[in-house]
Amino acid sequence: MNRFGRYLAMLLLVCVVVLVWGLGTAPADYKVGAIFSVTGPASFLGDPEKKTAEMVVAQVNAAGGIDGKKIQLIVYDDEGDATKANLYARRLLTQDRVTAVIGPSQSGLTMAIIPLFEQFKTPLISCAASHKIVYNEKTGKPYHWVFKTPQSDSMAVEAIYAQMGKMGIQRIAIMSVTSGYGASGREELLRIAPEYGIEIVADEKYDPRDTDMTAQLTKIRALAPQAIVNWSIGPTQVIVLRNWRELGMEKIAFFQSHGFGSRQNIQLAAGAAEGVYLPLGAGNIAEILPDDHPQKEVTMTYLAEYTAKFNEPVSAFGGYSWDAMHLVIDALRAVGDDKAKIRDHIENRKNFVGQQGVYNFSADDHNGLTKDAFLMVVVKDGDWTLVE
Amino acid sequence: MLRIHKPPMAVGAVAIAVLPLIMGRVPALEHYPLLMVFAGIYCLLTIGLSLLMGYAGQISLGHAAFYGIGAYTSGVLTVHFGLNPWLCILAGALLAALVALAIGTPALKLQGHYLAMATLAFGIIVNIVFREEVRWTGGPDGLIGIPMLSLFGFHFDAIVKYYYLVWAVVAGAFVFSANLLQSPVGRALRAIHTSEAAAGAMGIPIARYKVTVFVIAAVMAALGGSLYAHFMNFINPGTFDLFFSIQLILMIALGGMHSIWGAMVGAILIAFLSFEWLHHFGEWEIVVYGLVLLVVTIFFPKGLAGLPKMVTERIRR
Amino acid sequence: MESFTLTQQLLQFMVTGLTIGSIYAMVAIGFNIIYNVTEVLNLAQGEFVMLGGLIMVSLHVALGLPLVAAFAATVATVTVVGMLLDRLAIRPVRQPTVMSLIIATVAASMIFKGLAMLIWGKNPYDLPAFSGREPILLGGLVIQSQYLWVIGFMVLVTVLLALFFNRTILGKAMRACSDNGAAARLVGINTQQMVLLAFAVSAAIGAVAGITLTPIALMDYDRGAMLAIKGFAAAILGGLGSFPGAILGGIILGLIESYGAGLLLSGYKDAYALIVLLLVLFLRPSGILGGMAAARSKRV
Repeated sequence: MNRFGRYLAMLLLVCVVVLVWGLGTAPADYKVGAIFSVTGPASFLGDPEKKTAEMVVAQVNAAGGIDGKKIQLIVYDDEGDATKANLYARRLLTQDRVTAVIGPSQSGLTMAIIPLFEQFKTPLISCAASHKIVYNEKTGKPYHWVFKTPQSDSMAVEAIYAQMGKMGIQRIAIMSVTSGYGASGREELLRIAPEYGIEIVADEKYDPRDTDMTAQLTKIRALAPQAIVNWSIGPTQVIVLRNWRELGMEKIAFFQSHGFGSRQNIQLAAGAAEGVYLPLGAGNIAEILPDDHPQKEVTMTYLAEYTAKFNEPVSAFGGYSWDAMHLVIDALRAVGDDKAKIRDHIENRKNFVGQQGVYNFSADDHNGLTKDAFLMVVVKDGDWTLVE
Repeated sequence: MLRIHKPPMAVGAVAIAVLPLIMGRVPALEHYPLLMVFAGIYCLLTIGLSLLMGYAGQISLGHAAFYGIGAYTSGVLTVHFGLNPWLCILAGALLAALVALAIGTPALKLQGHYLAMATLAFGIIVNIVFREEVRWTGGPDGLIGIPMLSLFGFHFDAIVKYYYLVWAVVAGAFVFSANLLQSPVGRALRAIHTSEAAAGAMGIPIARYKVTVFVIAAVMAALGGSLYAHFMNFINPGTFDLFFSIQLILMIALGGMHSIWGAMVGAILIAFLSFEWLHHFGEWEIVVYGLVLLVVTIFFPKGLAGLPKMVTERIRR
Repeated sequence: MESFTLTQQLLQFMVTGLTIGSIYAMVAIGFNIIYNVTEVLNLAQGEFVMLGGLIMVSLHVALGLPLVAAFAATVATVTVVGMLLDRLAIRPVRQPTVMSLIIATVAASMIFKGLAMLIWGKNPYDLPAFSGREPILLGGLVIQSQYLWVIGFMVLVTVLLALFFNRTILGKAMRACSDNGAAARLVGINTQQMVLLAFAVSAAIGAVAGITLTPIALMDYDRGAMLAIKGFAAAILGGLGSFPGAILGGIILGLIESYGAGLLLSGYKDAYALIVLLLVLFLRPSGILGGMAAARSKRV
């Protein structure tokens, strides 16, 4: 009898859930999906991305929508978990039946869901950096339905190596965090180094939740390279800077990845960030862009709106989401909610001025950016300064 | 506890069989079969773990490692060597069994929290290997291009087809475990759980039984991992980390540690909580999750599977 | 460019290892205090460290309380949190088994983490170093002054605990509870209050670890779990329940991580520490300083 009672309880539970879910959602005109790592270890990516996407949609809707039709944005939080990203992607595709999806925040999770978007023939505009997202190794071409807005890591690496060339740096050490972000940057650093005649004398790693990197830096100090490139994100990139300064290694130039691109990090480094070089997209440095820069206007607008609304500095990550969302809106304006037409529209879009660069998409390039989308910046007096 | 009743098993089997047919027709529940695919995979993990923890009384905080060994064996062998997926599933199970034997033989001599730490350490080390051996595993970004399963030209490409495959395997694991528990092995395990000293005095080869159960649990986990890899067509180390091991413990604690039914209830419940229901709480999700867990721990010491019994006892009194 | 000898490097690794090890040791001591009285493994121990760091940031940086006052207030607040943990999550468990109590602490740690995220957000916070950021140079050796604070506080905590357990009635009562709870009750010791006290002391030590760690490593809501695991590993390595063992375990762990990162493949540094831990356990099943008998009597 007990066993049946157990089943009764389970059945009841299912019924309750059915009822809760049966209440359904109100229909909207254009449905756009988003998957971001809003919580979990990669929340510093997903959090500003979600806020930005919601802000953009609210603005468009407040201004009357697109030809009188509103946008409904459905956001899911993958928490940095591949299983959840897969699940929510399937839900957006088969159940919410969205017209296009932006995100996920991380390269690995984007790779996890690309096959679904190819299968369901729906445009995906990723907010993750890896070039593998827009390059199918088997065909040597981009995936048909997949785009991405962030600059590829290879572009950041090239910008850094080009700057090193100008500074006469040839012997370097690299450091990276053992997450997808760090691993992808590390791979590009190692791959591109020979092209620029750069020798890598040390290749050190640390964990995303590590509290101290003195040991790795001590090892590097003894090898006396001319520069260190650090590829990480979150608190570790600040800790590593402090350790670098405390160990008296200022003579070794320090390059950060674009992941360092938030003024919060300069503040957190408490003075240790002075003299650090990094490549940044225009969206991070709106104030110091020359007035005739093509992105000056959009980046200043976003900066003002975002800081006013959320009372926190803008980050590159929010910019990725801004660009992705506006690309979708741009396509919806032009061709309506036909998925294939949206895809074709984005693929043929030229001179799209976004936060992270001026995009020129083509059938062979689903990122649309070049290494010029990065500007070299050095930290001076606690703020970004353009190099040169 | 000892006997597994036939009627509930029949009810369960029928419910599982018709579930996708019903839910596929309700728009709001369309994705439930998908959730049940993952829930089924979790069941494979928790059934094994409940044999180990609930019946043999041995804790494991590194069970996600075997899940990962299954998934990565399938992934690496199919992607890099193009082997037949079914063969890879077997290879994954075999490798997991060997690793379990190698690590279990010394580790299961440890007591209580020491065993917990040893298994936890093992789980973290295995995860670091997944993350660092980029050439084979794809590193933190994960491994792409794992093929789907097909049998004699029949492709398990739709969710519903995969659903039946996974649940058929779960049914197999369930029947196997139920039979195991009713055999002399099951009695020996319970004796070990109650008192190792007494069991030893009765001439039960404690060490051998403990390792055997550990290997069985590892094989079930590896099967789950392989099924996961071929369904997702993608794996990354994050799926098999320490926090998933802890989540597995939470599943069997929530469902009820001392029965395979409890293990299944817990697995299904946590799958739905974490993939679906808690989503509605937004930023409060993790707090609510913690509260649910705390309430169950405080008020339902036997887990949710012990709930009907508690209710009937309350009524009889 | 100046050159660095191997000896200098090895010493530098040692400084780092000792500092990180001291943090692990403090977490491990917290584990032991609660474990000795209750046999519960408090997996929320790492959240005390996280809360210590974040509350200190709020009081010291945001509210501008002076260092010492903020320090005291933070420790007091986290202590109260520790007592609430006992009252709201541990004691109400109806059929306490070791497993169910551990699950209760896991649940509590999720609640702490979630609330911390809601209160402080997801960004990391910084705390000024206690005595400035100018490092001390000793030959070729660089020592950050905050490192000395961490090690110093670990020593202070140890000394105070030794005094407490050996010289005060309360401390002796607590020791009696850990040796034999039933006997302690017979001689009139209120064991429930001892458990509450254990949680309070343990939380206070966690807070101290968090406050001293934050100027080095920043602090955010998500740090607790990893620290708890490292502390747990340290406690096990040294022998669960043994205070000298906790310190030894913490420092060995810190040193292996530091030397492993410095001399071998840094990506595997956590693995090195855990492999050593496994080998020690396989050779000595109750840790370095844990008595076999103690381990038996405290079995799950």
